[in-house]
Amino acid sequence: MPGLMSRAATVIKAKFSKLLDRAENPSETLDYSYERQLQLLQNVKRGVADVVTSKKRLELQTKTLEQSLVKLDTQAREALAQNREDLARQALERKAGIQGQLQDLDVQVKGLEEQQQKLVASEKQLSAKIEAFRSQKEVIKAQYSAAEAQVRIGEAATGIGEQMADTGLAIQRAKDKTEQMQARASAIEELTESGALDDFTSDSTALDRELSQMSQQGQVDRELEAMKAELGQGTPQGELPGSSSAGTEGAAAEEEAKQQ
Amino acid sequence: MIVRLLGGGGQYRIDDRLQAKLNELDEQAGAAAEAGDEQALRTALESMTELVRDHGEAVADDELTASDAIVPPTDVSIAEARELLAGEGLIPDLPAPG
Repeated sequence: MPGLMSRAATVIKAKFSKLLDRAENPSETLDYSYERQLQLLQNVKRGVADVVTSKKRLELQTKTLEQSLVKLDTQAREALAQNREDLARQALERKAGIQGQLQDLDVQVKGLEEQQQKLVASEKQLSAKIEAFRSQKEVIKAQYSAAEAQVRIGEAATGIGEQMADTGLAIQRAKDKTEQMQARASAIEELTESGALDDFTSDSTALDRELSQMSQQGQVDRELEAMKAELGQGTPQGELPGSSSAGTEGAAAEEEAKQQ
Repeated sequence: MIVRLLGGGGQYRIDDRLQAKLNELDEQAGAAAEAGDEQALRTALESMTELVRDHGEAVADDELTASDAIVPPTDVSIAEARELLAGEGLIPDLPAPG
């Protein structure tokens, strides 16, 4: 049964030898290779920035969802206080759904954190090896004959080439992971916007409207009660001026209407 | 010999005793990849990574040396492992100088 280690080593050597084949003389090979290394280092830096951006976006979504958890909890309590168990149940069901999403987001954020650490490690290794390569290439150019230089370039190039392939893989994996996460984050946002999933933080959901109507109704009732109490206490028990005749007239008119 | 842990893990020097154990695990990883057993593949790769990291001697970052063997990342999928065995994929092409 073939193992994976030797295959991986062969694949990497093959990739890098393609790169070396393109240059014709030792000095050109060295400079060309160095240029590719710097380019790759830039890619790693961009890769790290992308992972960080993607992670921040997911963290923001987490915060939004956490806020809606608190809100749904409050709404469920309000609904119960108003004897609306149906609404309370709806709010709690949504809360459970969001808790599931939050757990999923947590796993995703951890995954990105791992990618970030790997990329940062790759960046550090690559920078150190590029620096070593830079000083070796100057020594080789200055001190060796063409034939000797070719051998030494081969040694230095294989070492740096492997690091480049490894770093290239780290970038590729981080990119794939980041794209997946971005797609999922966008999917949640799109669903929210299209209304397929309610945006629990906006005030426009049906549940919200009903709860807000309920609490408005409650407030109106309370104010009415307060006004009634105030009027009851504030006005003398005696009749208001003119109220007696008006009241009697009103009652008489009503009585008349009934008879007709 | 020198072993690289692919995916930012760096390079390590390992002795013959460790090498024998590593080869054994590598065969298990290869068999798991061929059988399509992702759990077994992951377990084998994790053991290989741990063995090298915990018992090998880290190569300095500024030392330019080619590795004799390369351990794939532990989160490699069955599809990627098979591509690797077939001698393609997994390792992306290097960026063009721009």
